[in-house]
Amino acid sequence: MRAVVTVTGSDKRGIIAKVSGFLFERNVNIEDISQTVLGEQFAMIMMVDTSESSLDFATLALDLESMGKEIGMNIRLQHEAIFSAMHNV
Amino acid sequence: MFNKFDVLETIEMIEKEHLDIRTVTMGISLLPCIRATAKETAKTVYDTVMKKAERLVATAEGLSREFGIPIVNKRVSVTPVSLITAAFPEKSGLVGKALDDAAKELGIDFLGGYSALVQKGTADYEEKFLRTIPEVLSATNRLCSSVNVGSSRSGINMDAVRLMGEIVKETAARTASSDGLGCAKLVVFCNAVEDNPFMAGAFHGTGEADTVINVGVSGPGVVQHALKFVPDADLTDAAELIKRTAFKITRAGQLVAKEAAKRLGARFGIVDLSLAPTPARGDSVAHILEELGLSVVGCHGTTAALAMLNDAVKKGGVMASSRVGGLSGAFIPVSEDIGMIESATAGNITLDKLEAMTCVCSVGLDMIAIPGDTPATTISAIIADEAAIGMINNKTTAVRIIPAPNKKVGDEVSFGGLLGRAPVMPVHSGDSSKFIGRGGLIPAPIHSFKN
Repeated sequence: MRAVVTVTGSDKRGIIAKVSGFLFERNVNIEDISQTVLGEQFAMIMMVDTSESSLDFATLALDLESMGKEIGMNIRLQHEAIFSAMHNV
Repeated sequence: MFNKFDVLETIEMIEKEHLDIRTVTMGISLLPCIRATAKETAKTVYDTVMKKAERLVATAEGLSREFGIPIVNKRVSVTPVSLITAAFPEKSGLVGKALDDAAKELGIDFLGGYSALVQKGTADYEEKFLRTIPEVLSATNRLCSSVNVGSSRSGINMDAVRLMGEIVKETAARTASSDGLGCAKLVVFCNAVEDNPFMAGAFHGTGEADTVINVGVSGPGVVQHALKFVPDADLTDAAELIKRTAFKITRAGQLVAKEAAKRLGARFGIVDLSLAPTPARGDSVAHILEELGLSVVGCHGTTAALAMLNDAVKKGGVMASSRVGGLSGAFIPVSEDIGMIESATAGNITLDKLEAMTCVCSVGLDMIAIPGDTPATTISAIIADEAAIGMINNKTTAVRIIPAPNKKVGDEVSFGGLLGRAPVMPVHSGDSSKFIGRGGLIPAPIHSFKN
């Protein structure tokens, strides 16, 4: 399943390393990545493919969310369809 | 790859502006459940609802996790029960109880359809059914009731209007210990729609397929937030912005509706293009109107602002969904909208202004508390006025009004949760009883003859 990972919060070192390592360990492939820093706010958006992952989507989303809490970031994993529906005609 | 600003906009809408799917409602036909006795019918109704909606809550929760968007309510609507119990109307309560039990077992907060459609005339079995409503609503927790008393096509059944005034009063009396909570679960309609996903007025029309998924979206906070960025825009530009925002909100609803229907093996019914407030701050339709430049909702200009809002929501929504329906428009319930609660408490919005607002928006006088000693005939007259607006303007109107037992103007009623709280508002003291006592049918308007 193609999905979008968003990481938002105050900028700090090692966020990309931490998140991509986490996804690698769970066999989630990163297809595209984009990040931006607005002031002290960090926002990263990753397109990922979860179809090879051993974990089901809901568990993966929950695990990512709790890992985010540990590093003080807000991390969400969402099916790409929600963004596609809302922003593409 | 998506535009990163689009992605972040969606996240912001969900996290900070209360964007959510307000309800995923499964409509279920009960027509195949009719049996020879009330007891057998009630059992079949219970079994049918349990089987069809068994996976409703789990499926909605799964979708919510996948798409990362809250789905606030999972609900069920059923065929108007008066049709199912026509052979034993006095025992309709057994079916009502079975539905309430099923709702509890399924883990859903409301189930709608303890309803009757009497817009042109009240059959004997329907009158008996209507008289069971107060007792049934006082003995159940999750069951919602609605009665259609008029339509643009048939006129207004004033005998039913008279009876409904009494039924509203009796329902309040039987639920006096909870401020008349029963009345929050009872709606009187004109031009009721058959595919409404919202409570308390949802029922599954006889023209519908067997099992259908209807979805109601929400997002007053998103619209208000968008308008904040264009404080000096003229109203053409403001309407355009609302339209674009409504499009995005509705697309989320369309996605959830289609996917939910697929997973539940039901038909995709409709998306209701709604702006439904909650008592939470930042989730208010009243505050959108204030964002447009009104100092307080209820002041002069409110009707015009609401008309623009309602129309823009529809225009954006229609483009976003392949099947639209339900009530589709902005809701203006008093007790369920923090801006309305505050304006009504301060005396800035009156029943008369609310009535005017119902001419240009979705539905009608909704969740309004009035003094407990208001005569039944006055309540009937309020229903008649609202039904007349719906009949003449070819729109749905409704009255969900609570004559709060032992309360007077200035007191407050509190229902908690999504039903919120409301100040008791004054009604006119003039006597409408002679008019209501006449009964009969207000004939359908001349423009109904279109064939």
